[in-house]
Amino acid sequence: MKNNNSIKTVVAIGIGAALFFVLGRFVAIPSPVPNTNISLQYAVLGLLAAMYGPVAGCLIGFIGHTLIDLSWGGSPWWSWVIASAVVGIVVGLFAKKLQVQEGDFGKGKVVIFTIANVIAHALSWILVAPALDILIYAEPVNKVFAQGAFAAISNAITGIVVGGLLILAYTKTIAKKGSLDQE
Amino acid sequence: MAAKTVLNYLPRESVIHKLTGTTKLAFFLLFTFASMLTYNTWVLLGLFAVSLAAFKLSKIKFREVRFMMIFMLVFLVLNNLFIFLFDPNQGTTLYGTRHVLFHLFWRYDLTAEQLFYMVNISLKYFVALPVAILFISATNPSEFAASLNSIGISYKVGYSVAIALRYIPDIQRDYHSISQAQQARGVELGKNEHFFARLKNSVNILLPLILTSLNRIDTISNAMELRGFGKDKKRTWYMKRPFEKRDFVAIGVGVLLLAVSLTVTIRWGRFYNPFV
Repeated sequence: MKNNNSIKTVVAIGIGAALFFVLGRFVAIPSPVPNTNISLQYAVLGLLAAMYGPVAGCLIGFIGHTLIDLSWGGSPWWSWVIASAVVGIVVGLFAKKLQVQEGDFGKGKVVIFTIANVIAHALSWILVAPALDILIYAEPVNKVFAQGAFAAISNAITGIVVGGLLILAYTKTIAKKGSLDQE
Repeated sequence: MAAKTVLNYLPRESVIHKLTGTTKLAFFLLFTFASMLTYNTWVLLGLFAVSLAAFKLSKIKFREVRFMMIFMLVFLVLNNLFIFLFDPNQGTTLYGTRHVLFHLFWRYDLTAEQLFYMVNISLKYFVALPVAILFISATNPSEFAASLNSIGISYKVGYSVAIALRYIPDIQRDYHSISQAQQARGVELGKNEHFFARLKNSVNILLPLILTSLNRIDTISNAMELRGFGKDKKRTWYMKRPFEKRDFVAIGVGVLLLAVSLTVTIRWGRFYNPFV
């Protein structure tokens, strides 16, 4: 049984990274700020991290983001790649609390999921990404923090609204424990 | 939405292509770290020369990778613009002096230090570009999982990457057909809709995509379990090739470059300062 789970994680990382790549590379849904797009990939990252845990979340973010950067033809912008991985780890840490696969996503879990996303995006885009930008690329402090704050807000909104709606819709497709009644 | 544009493998008869995937991955990583570490203009120029030489050796023509170059240039110009807008004095902060070339407006002076800093940051990006392009276009994707495994990463992670590369075109196709079907039913994602309505509509497309993907995860992991995946600690790879002399040479060069970059950084600091 345990073995099956580890195979499932391997496959989930692969498919998750492919999803992350496709959404991040080819899907452009305009956001209210001109010339920027909604990063739907973070909604899917949140959902899969909540289902498969921190290791899967970390690798989905890392592999997916690296592939996106490589496909644009540059060397990966490592600071932001690592930040994506951190989003996956942090949301994944709440996986045990969320128990998405049980098929229940009530008010309490919505709150936990929201908190998880806020912590994850704040930590990666306002702390990890700018710190690494300064360390690796020696970029101006106020520039990296302005970029980071913008990314944190837009990605957190996408993660919570789209990710939350996705989990809600997904849990409805699962038969809940004890949902059978005796007649 | 052509699937082949993803990771653009261009087969050629060249020394670079003949190197094993492991060598290319190791060289790419060593080189990236070497160029990430230093801000020394001379070291960067040296790395740039090596990078261009490797590109020349690969027999890949500039024309074939023009798209990537143009994209990188746009990114670089935008990034430099933002750096200047947010902090026109970053150069002064880094190099400690201030030579004003001329005054632009308000708080914006064009200083020699700022220009030099932005030239360096652009150079830093350009250095890695040919090697990155080579890494993508000269590595056979099927060999990639084997390469990851042989530089010491768990074969399970290698397999995840292989699965990702294998299923990107499939998922792309799924996404395309789902989004067309939903748009035919009136799901709007463009600017005509309100922002939150757009977010909500995107769920209508994402949900079928996620559900098919979850089914896919089940199917694939069952198939892999039936074939006994993950039973042993090690596995062999069909695409893996043995090392030859040229592979050792290439890795040697990579290690040397990293060592040079590291020594220069430790002995003379990260920045080359022509102003003092």
